[in-house]
Amino acid sequence: MKIHQISLFVENKPGHIAAPARLLAQEGIDIRALYLADTQQYGILRMIVSDWEKAAQTLEAHGFVVKVTEVLAILVIDRPGGLADVLGALDGSGINIEYMYAFSDVRGDQAILIFRFADPDAAIARMQTAGINLLASEELLKK
Amino acid sequence: MISSVLESSVADCHPANAPDYTPVAQLRRLQLERLQAVVARAWQRVELFRSRMDERGLTPQSVRSLEDIGKLPYTVKSDLRDTYPFGLFASPMKDVVRLHVSSGTTGKPIVVAYTKEDVDVWTSVMVRCLAGCGLHQGDIVQVAYGYGLFTGGLGAHYGAEALGATVVPTSGGNADRQIMLMKDFGVTAICCTPTYFLHLIDRAAELGVELKELPLRAGVFGAEPWTDSMRRHIESMSSIEAFDIYGLSEIIGPGVGCECRRHQGLHIFEDHFYPEIVDPATGTLLADGSEGELVLTTLSKQAMPMIRYRTRDITSILPGRCECGRTLRRIDRIGRRSDDMLIIRGVNVFPSQVEAALLQIEGTLPHYQIVLTREHGLDEMEVQVEVTPQMFTDKIGALQGLHDRLQSALDHVLGIRVRVALVEANTIERSQGKAKRVIDRRTL
Repeated sequence: MKIHQISLFVENKPGHIAAPARLLAQEGIDIRALYLADTQQYGILRMIVSDWEKAAQTLEAHGFVVKVTEVLAILVIDRPGGLADVLGALDGSGINIEYMYAFSDVRGDQAILIFRFADPDAAIARMQTAGINLLASEELLKK
Repeated sequence: MISSVLESSVADCHPANAPDYTPVAQLRRLQLERLQAVVARAWQRVELFRSRMDERGLTPQSVRSLEDIGKLPYTVKSDLRDTYPFGLFASPMKDVVRLHVSSGTTGKPIVVAYTKEDVDVWTSVMVRCLAGCGLHQGDIVQVAYGYGLFTGGLGAHYGAEALGATVVPTSGGNADRQIMLMKDFGVTAICCTPTYFLHLIDRAAELGVELKELPLRAGVFGAEPWTDSMRRHIESMSSIEAFDIYGLSEIIGPGVGCECRRHQGLHIFEDHFYPEIVDPATGTLLADGSEGELVLTTLSKQAMPMIRYRTRDITSILPGRCECGRTLRRIDRIGRRSDDMLIIRGVNVFPSQVEAALLQIEGTLPHYQIVLTREHGLDEMEVQVEVTPQMFTDKIGALQGLHDRLQSALDHVLGIRVRVALVEANTIERSQGKAKRVIDRRTL
């Protein structure tokens, strides 16, 4: 259920995202989802890629500081209220979302929500009870 | 008769250390007599000193009290370069028994000279250093300072030998052999630079030699600044007691001052070296306890007297008497040199302060760089800190929190507002394994 996400520290300067992107391209690694959290000075580039171990190794070998974290991916119907339903399942649980981002799925009318929870196991249990569809990494990476 | 209570300080009371306990009034009288004699000697024999005295309308008779030393002109390192090689000698070459050379970072080296009497004084102060560290006859002392033009090796060697110890003159280099001899000979004390000993610790671990199981019990470390955290590391990795020793070739070599077993500052052998602390920017004399540049006058040197030599080492004279009972004043451990000093918007800043602030936050020192610029006529200081794997988190709030902690630690330590920039790992240029710490882009 848990998905490995890799995060990179990048300075907020022209060209600083191109270098890691190029390295991943050279290794034939596909970026499935990407999100940049930024401040004026620097940012954190978060990515879900086709081979996280190889990606982390490659980037570290080139001097990048890489952090691997476990996130959850949730599939929702891309319609009004899709996100609200998922968040509704967490209501009253005290489960804290550290951050989240979303992207639409190429397969059509679905969207994928990526969550980082402070307590992913508690979140998984809660989602499953509520009948919410958590994606395994194979499903997420499949095109 | 020695009671058991005193037994722990028996080593401190080595006969060689007797002058360390001279009553203060007697010590001051001796210092004045010697100061008057050395000023007269330099005035008679060293042209540069005499002309500087003339400019100020001074003669040796102007020195009537120890306080009068404040009237005398300073001597600086460039004076030694400008008069290279023999311009500051106060003895004819027939009386000079030894020359040492200190490598200059730029241009000519500097030369220092010793008469027989000077070598004897040097040896006597080194004996007092080592005896004060609790060493005595029967100790086996490995001298791993470089032997040769550098004063470290021979200075420690003569001292240890005169103390009655067995000397193993390994000089520097060849760590494997150092460790082998240390083990095979049952070496009990080592004299070297603290960083070289750190290297020996690492190498011994690689060779599977357990330093803690060796008889080695004392390390006398000097010739470069080192910190209390290095001391703790050294002492935890071996079973030695680590002592800080201070000296410089211009004054005599190692043995100007040394820690006693209380480890509360370094006693200066004041019967031979007179210490003052001055403001490095203005040269104004500072009171005991205030931090400034150490200025030393050799009170008994024959071949090359140094009057008010600006050492560029930053320290303070510690107020009060050491618990060990010595009457000799102490200086604080030297952590930095005035050469490193940066003046930012009129405030004195040392890279070592930046280092201390970063250590405070992270526990380990990240790579960092100080970049100075001038914007709209104002100095700006940016501290760039590489984000290490230990520091990195994928949460922006946590990273911002780290940034804020670094910011407030630096503001607090430096007393001025600086910019903190988190930068990507391995982006600060390293030259020969050491990062270049300061980039000054200010133009006047």
